[in-house]
Amino acid sequence: MSAIVPVVEPRARLVDLVAAEWIKLRSLRSTWIAYGITAVVVVGLNAAIAVDTSSHWKPDPVEDARFVRDGIPLLEAFTSNSALIMMLALGTLGALMIIGEYGTGTIRSTLAAVPARRSVMTAKAAVLTVVTTVFGTLVATASFLLTQAILHSRNLGVSITHPGAARVVVASALLAPVCALVGLALGAVIRRTAATLTASAGVLVLLPLLLTEGSRWSAVAAHATPFHAWSRIVTPRPHPTPYPWTTGGAWTVLAAWALVAAAVTIVSLHRRDQ
Amino acid sequence: MIDVNELTKRYGATTAVNRLTFTVRPGQVTGFLGPNGAGKSTTLRMILGLHTPTSGAVTVGGRPFRDRSRGLRHVGALLDAQDVHGGHTAVAHLAALARSNRLPRARVTEVLEEVGLAGVARRRVDGFSLGMKQRLGIAAALLGDPPVLLFDEPLNGLDPEGVKWVRDLFLRLAAQGRTVFVSSHLMSEMEHTADQLVVIGRGELIAAESLAEFSARGTRRGVVVGTSAATALRDLLAADGATVDLDGDQLTVTGLPASRVSEIAQRHRIPLHRLDTRSASLEEAFMELTAASVQYPAGESR
Ligand SMILES: Nc1ncnc2c1ncn2[C@@H]1O[C@H](COP(=O)(O)OP(=O)(O)OP(=O)(O)O)[C@@H](O)[C@H]1O
Ligand SMILES: [Mg+2]
Repeated sequence: MSAIVPVVEPRARLVDLVAAEWIKLRSLRSTWIAYGITAVVVVGLNAAIAVDTSSHWKPDPVEDARFVRDGIPLLEAFTSNSALIMMLALGTLGALMIIGEYGTGTIRSTLAAVPARRSVMTAKAAVLTVVTTVFGTLVATASFLLTQAILHSRNLGVSITHPGAARVVVASALLAPVCALVGLALGAVIRRTAATLTASAGVLVLLPLLLTEGSRWSAVAAHATPFHAWSRIVTPRPHPTPYPWTTGGAWTVLAAWALVAAAVTIVSLHRRDQ
Repeated sequence: MIDVNELTKRYGATTAVNRLTFTVRPGQVTGFLGPNGAGKSTTLRMILGLHTPTSGAVTVGGRPFRDRSRGLRHVGALLDAQDVHGGHTAVAHLAALARSNRLPRARVTEVLEEVGLAGVARRRVDGFSLGMKQRLGIAAALLGDPPVLLFDEPLNGLDPEGVKWVRDLFLRLAAQGRTVFVSSHLMSEMEHTADQLVVIGRGELIAAESLAEFSARGTRRGVVVGTSAATALRDLLAADGATVDLDGDQLTVTGLPASRVSEIAQRHRIPLHRLDTRSASLEEAFMELTAASVQYPAGESR
């Protein structure tokens, strides 16, 4: 009477989990809305500053040259305020990828289907990294092109081949996956929506704003935050500080945040009850 | 086949499951019964490896479920119909699950048809009734065509037609040789579905046996008597050693056979308009057995 046959199973592949996570992410309308709004706000804010600059600018060959020499076009290509807004939004979007599952209980369906928890979380981190890197690249490129086109109307814009320009675009683009991974890691550890979003905002945005170059420990701590690292990379002529650091160090800080966050994400579920 | 061995789970000071041992066999529907808070859901979560036992072990098909890299071909489970993201469509929810286990996309369409959700496949789950969500959860459990199926209170929220459909489905799955393990806190839900019962109370095993064996445990056989002189008859029967419950003009008598009740009534010229022998229902047998372990008794009943 037994109609069922012994289980034959194809080899388990990580790529299937990646595809599954991608299906989950892309089939939520809220995903598209949230990324769309973030892109519009960030690019729009950058463009608004450029419009403001060029509309008040009094043409003068000497001043024009100094504006470019001081690297102001690069500062306006991606402003600090836009960076902070993008960090806040991307931390939230990264966190949502996992707290959305805890909040709705989907995590239990997910883990009952795939008991290999580290693989599930690896797939989540991978999908999030790719999606937010693409997002960051689009937003940073659009910001650069739009702001420079606006400034160009007053002969103040620079091209992507201008020294330091590519660095601004790349660092600003990478801010997206770094912050998203931090949000994901916090969500995986904390699990609760409100607490996760508070922690994410605190770590990514509030903390760097509180840390100054005033004392040695504060400067070192500041340099270890993604915001200051980004700022160090994109600022053409950093203010003199008693605690100088290199852009190489700043790139390392960004990479370290991404790697540690991914590692925390992958191991976070392993031992806990779900 | 599910093998539960000395399974114990403590959450802080609460012992949710205490040294539970039982086996669930293929080819049958096994009901998993216990009052609220007995530890049914906790046990199911441990079977699925979602919660780690404090001690003891459980295997499915000879292996701890958590050791498997993919689960849907081994165990299909419906723990809570609400465990789905409301923003997803039914199709997206199932497609992601199917893809994660490398199951063909065609399975999604098949199971949606099987549970009767094909018509709403592209609607967002937010708008589903509880009954529709139950069906979606059952569809997910069926995706991998697994030999073992677990359902936690699957009849919640279903209308009578839905209940019948689910029962028939369970019987069909068992007849195909699968292990079907279904929890409930109501005996009446299992009465016409389960072949075997595992009954727990306060996390401990009370019974693991066939439905027939279980119903034979019902000790409280009784006689129901209807009479206009209920109070008088009650006193007479009580004097003869019976335990009598009075309810309007009806008496429920235990401890005396119907023949003796009728004899006493006749002797005292008390007219009876009803005299039935009644064996305890499964529900009563269940209540009796679990009475000692009900954690949240209702108000004055105790
Ligand atoms: N995650 C948890 N943390 C703490 N205590 C828990 C947890 N899960 C369950 N419990 C406790 O364990 C006991 C058993 O709960 P469980 O949900 O397994 O019961 P149940 O038999 O499924 O009940 P019901 O019929 O109400 O669904 C309860 O006392 C419950 O409060
Ligand atoms: Mg339960």
